[in-house]
Amino acid sequence: MNWVEIGQNLLFALSVGSLTLGLMLVLAGAIGVIRMPDFYTRLHAAGVTDTLGAELIIFGLILQSGDWQTMAKLALVGLLLFLTSPTATHAVANAAHRAGQKPDLAHFRPKHPRELQDPEAKA
Amino acid sequence: MDTLNFIVALGMAGAMAIMLARLFAGPTLYDRVLAANSFGTKTVLFLLVFSAIAGRQDAIDIALLYALINFVATIAILKFFRYRSLEIALAQMSLRRAVEGEFDE
Amino acid sequence: MVYGLGLTAVLVVLWLVLSGSYTLSGDHSILLVMTVVSLAATVGLAVRMRILDRETVPLAPLLPLLTYWSWLGREIVAANIAVIRLIMKPDVDIEPRLVRVPVDLRSGLARCVFANSITLTPGTVTVDIENDGFLVHALDNSFTAPEGFAEMALRTDVASDGKREEA
Repeated sequence: MNWVEIGQNLLFALSVGSLTLGLMLVLAGAIGVIRMPDFYTRLHAAGVTDTLGAELIIFGLILQSGDWQTMAKLALVGLLLFLTSPTATHAVANAAHRAGQKPDLAHFRPKHPRELQDPEAKA
Repeated sequence: MDTLNFIVALGMAGAMAIMLARLFAGPTLYDRVLAANSFGTKTVLFLLVFSAIAGRQDAIDIALLYALINFVATIAILKFFRYRSLEIALAQMSLRRAVEGEFDE
Repeated sequence: MVYGLGLTAVLVVLWLVLSGSYTLSGDHSILLVMTVVSLAATVGLAVRMRILDRETVPLAPLLPLLTYWSWLGREIVAANIAVIRLIMKPDVDIEPRLVRVPVDLRSGLARCVFANSITLTPGTVTVDIENDGFLVHALDNSFTAPEGFAEMALRTDVASDGKREEA
């Protein structure tokens, strides 16, 4: 096994790892958007996918692609997502805040087994 | 590698389905806007993976365009539902905000 | 003048990346002509609109901003792990907070970078921007440490405006 093959295998492994990790992050963000109790907390779950998940998937695809033009275009898409996603998130949050939507600041914690059995009992 | 790309594409489709569920479920307008924006991001990723699977360069250009349009569309929807009009220019927005009593600059 | 040249250089690179053709011969020569025409139109319009300044063509703070991004990348990874942990817990166990972060930055560029950095870091979102502070919504009260915000503000300040003269 010469150095070129080792390098290719390394690139392959890095690409697979980054794609897998990105996929897991995106799915976790999507699940979070379903699970979170309130609009502002859902915002955070969506932000997870927009930052690291998307960049990781794009990085994995860059490692796969052979020619410089594809790489450059993918990097451009990544840069664009990196710059626009926080602005869009802030725009949504700011619009909701200005429209008078109050964030739910209660402490969401798992229910005690006693509460689950008897819904009338207060913790 | 193609198998993994295919799995990633499937995962993107699944995430898009979840976003659609949130889009329909609501409950507020902002949840829907957030879901639409996130759906757009996932569409971009799906297009990129698709271009790697099918070996088509032009899908990346479409993804680039989609990312831009997605951003503009989010801002436009928010602006429309705040001012109920798309004709208000930037300069008039702060004026109108001042008139409405939420002046903060 | 410098800003115009910088904008031209960036646009030339963008065109080359997107079209991939840079030869005069062959059947793509019309593309090169269109390059010159569109470049001239874009830069001419930008000059005429007088929007070329330090903020629209951020060439001088480019290197410090890149080093800042590498630091921000590490922060994003750390915060991502924390947020994923909170999301994937079998029972939702979070304590959302709305906090005001005091901001004392010298330029609009630094304020913009700081607000975007807060939003880009998972777990915290800039909700509203006021003159002397940002309203930040945090997913859990473990994200609201004032020291973290202070360090980020210091780094954005140095990255976009250079070091402060007085200590």
